[in-house]
Amino acid sequence: MFEALSQRITDTFRNLAGRGRISQDNVREAMDEVRTALLEADVHLQVVTQFCEEVAQDAVGRAVTKSLKPSEEMIAIVHQRLVQLMGPVDSHIMLVEPPPTVLMLCGLQGAGKTTTCAKLAAYLKKSGRSVMVAAVDLQRPAAVEQLAVLTSEVERDAPGAGSIHFYAEPDKCAEYGRVTGVAVGVSRRALAEARRLKVDALILDTAGRLHINDELMAELGAINAALRPQQIFLVVDAMVGQDAVNSARVFHERLAIDGIILCKFDSDTRGGAALSVKQVTGAPIKFVGIGEKFDQLQEFHPQRMAGRILGMGDVVSLVEKVREEVSEQEATHIAQRMAEGRLTMDDFLTQLGSVRRMGPMKQLLGLLPGAGSALKNIEVDEKQLDRLEGIVHSMTAGERRDVKTLNKSRVKRIARGSGTTPADVNKLTRQFQMMQKMTRQMASAGVGGPLKSIGELSRTDSTRMPGVQNMPTLRAGGSTRTVSVKQRYKQRKKK
Amino acid sequence: MGLFTATVSAIRRSLTRTREALGTPLGDLLGGRSLSDAVVDEIETLLLSADLGPTATTLIIQELREARRAGRIDSGSDALEFLTDELKTRLACPDRGLLFADSGLSIMLIAGINGSGKTTSVAKIAKSLHTSGRSVLLAAADTFRAGAVAQLEIWARRLDLDIIKGARGADPAAVAFDAADAALSRGVDVLLIDTAGRLHTQANLMRQLTKIRNVLAKKIPGAPHEVLLVLDATAGQNAIIQAQLFKQAIDVTGIFLAKLDGTAKGGIVIAIHDALDIPVKLVGLGETADDVEIFDPDTFVEAMLGVEKS
Repeated sequence: MFEALSQRITDTFRNLAGRGRISQDNVREAMDEVRTALLEADVHLQVVTQFCEEVAQDAVGRAVTKSLKPSEEMIAIVHQRLVQLMGPVDSHIMLVEPPPTVLMLCGLQGAGKTTTCAKLAAYLKKSGRSVMVAAVDLQRPAAVEQLAVLTSEVERDAPGAGSIHFYAEPDKCAEYGRVTGVAVGVSRRALAEARRLKVDALILDTAGRLHINDELMAELGAINAALRPQQIFLVVDAMVGQDAVNSARVFHERLAIDGIILCKFDSDTRGGAALSVKQVTGAPIKFVGIGEKFDQLQEFHPQRMAGRILGMGDVVSLVEKVREEVSEQEATHIAQRMAEGRLTMDDFLTQLGSVRRMGPMKQLLGLLPGAGSALKNIEVDEKQLDRLEGIVHSMTAGERRDVKTLNKSRVKRIARGSGTTPADVNKLTRQFQMMQKMTRQMASAGVGGPLKSIGELSRTDSTRMPGVQNMPTLRAGGSTRTVSVKQRYKQRKKK
Repeated sequence: MGLFTATVSAIRRSLTRTREALGTPLGDLLGGRSLSDAVVDEIETLLLSADLGPTATTLIIQELREARRAGRIDSGSDALEFLTDELKTRLACPDRGLLFADSGLSIMLIAGINGSGKTTSVAKIAKSLHTSGRSVLLAAADTFRAGAVAQLEIWARRLDLDIIKGARGADPAAVAFDAADAALSRGVDVLLIDTAGRLHTQANLMRQLTKIRNVLAKKIPGAPHEVLLVLDATAGQNAIIQAQLFKQAIDVTGIFLAKLDGTAKGGIVIAIHDALDIPVKLVGLGETADDVEIFDPDTFVEAMLGVEKS
């Protein structure tokens, strides 16, 4: 769907004379591409316009660093500026003396407030703090129950020494909407209870509301006035479009937001709303939510975010995804096998399985920088992968250990068993043997450069140049053969 | 269809609020002016800020420019008419009615990403169907999220409807199967199945959704008759991929555009209609069970552009 921005900008510059220096003309063309990329990423129009003006001013006349092409320099400028605008990183939750510190979460309906409440409680518990979570959402049916269950899960399962408490007045739900100030009353009593129990932090889960609903916005104002929360966080859906600006502005005007939490970031959204909301409120992006479990709350990384907004892929996230899915043990085991050059079909199956657990192949490829354009026409056939698995499943244990034992009649049997043709089986075993050979070569070369590159990438996150040209090429043991996508994945995963 | 009391004014009222929040409506903007480049730029701005997205917007603006060059339009009001027609055409759909079985039980499957508004939308549809005289059974197949079953249960109680529910952690496909069984034996008209929110990128959960669909199809040929994707009106460009993947998984037959009572304009549905040909069938406009209407493209487009036509 999206062509990588870097590719488009490179094209722009290729078509233009005046290499070596960024001129007024080529900047304008490049900025058109940047503008489209930002709009596709859902950055607000006004923010985009302002951003492009500033970058253009910054870029014109800037001499290109010797090692870079003008297109790379241009991308670097855009990237830097984005990082600058979305930073600085501040994932600190300030706790006050004397306790409790009151944290209030607010936002539109369905942004992710309740889930985030549980995540914050788990986060504080980990650092040994005692936390009380209070259900102030009396509007949505069963919101109180939801928070109660989540809180008890955090109390039971989340690591850390901190204690977890829950405060709710479920019977007040019936009153809500008929009598004013019910939510304020519940909040007040929650604070009193938090004081009595001497907890370090009180987290308020408020009801989702539209910024244009004056009555409900006034209710938030009243809670704010009554409890004076030390931190008010606006919870924002990472997939939201242009309207993010309107709601964030109103919430900020009413409540003076202290921080932003971006939810549902594990989707493939490019998340331009992050930039819009940051610009409108000036409040730092504290955390991003990357799943439904209580430990899936991450610090915000402007570097990664910038790459993602620009559609340049997100290698770090890919590496993390791999880490998440492949257990340490599994990885060590396979690495060892590879080092010994003893990779078997069973290992292949495990690897294929763990890659597929991460999601559709095409989407994984999308996380690779530059892959957007290079692979946009490749249809990854998931059925094909099913077939590969079927072939391996039709082999005996002995055959899986050593594919060399395969002969014509065995191949025929496997093909019949997996509903494929002997040619398919042969193709797989040939590729597999090639891979085996490669890993053996690498093993003998002392597991060199290509394996390290992923680790390096994640480490040098902050200094990583956004240009595609700088991505590591994964080549085995000095061979110049281009490896298939699948094999490349295997190599990536080894680390 | 007569199911939903399509009070055109309500949707217009809420979209008017949108316009007030955004300033000058396009209607006023274009009224007596000639169509200068500056005006075209303003139109572009409006389309972009309605979440139509750069691709669709660029296309429309190009067509507008071409029409101007060809001399087919030259004033602001021509442009406005052109735009209105263009957007309406893009949203055109011969039949926006909900799909029911020819006879016997009809099954509706409701899906969407987390927090898009599925459960509330289920309640709204249930109420409308119930009011129109159909017997409705609810199925809470969101066995994953804490409190999800309880949430639908509260709605069932409020609307005085029966509900089939699964225990937390149960296989949602099994819940759907049991619900279909129950619906058949009770002889109800419509079974509404609420599913857990899932991101379109979670391959396993999307496969689970396919399984639910397959289980229903096996049980009753032709089921589910209606598969609604609940889409948040504030959604940005990612909604296109979202719709695409949901369509792949469960063959979505319509969109329920939720939360249109805010300032978001939901322009993304135009891009989705363009790319995937999924019609918007219903819109959600608030948190009570009555806040639902049939999607009316004319009103939607006119309100979006700020054209008052009564």
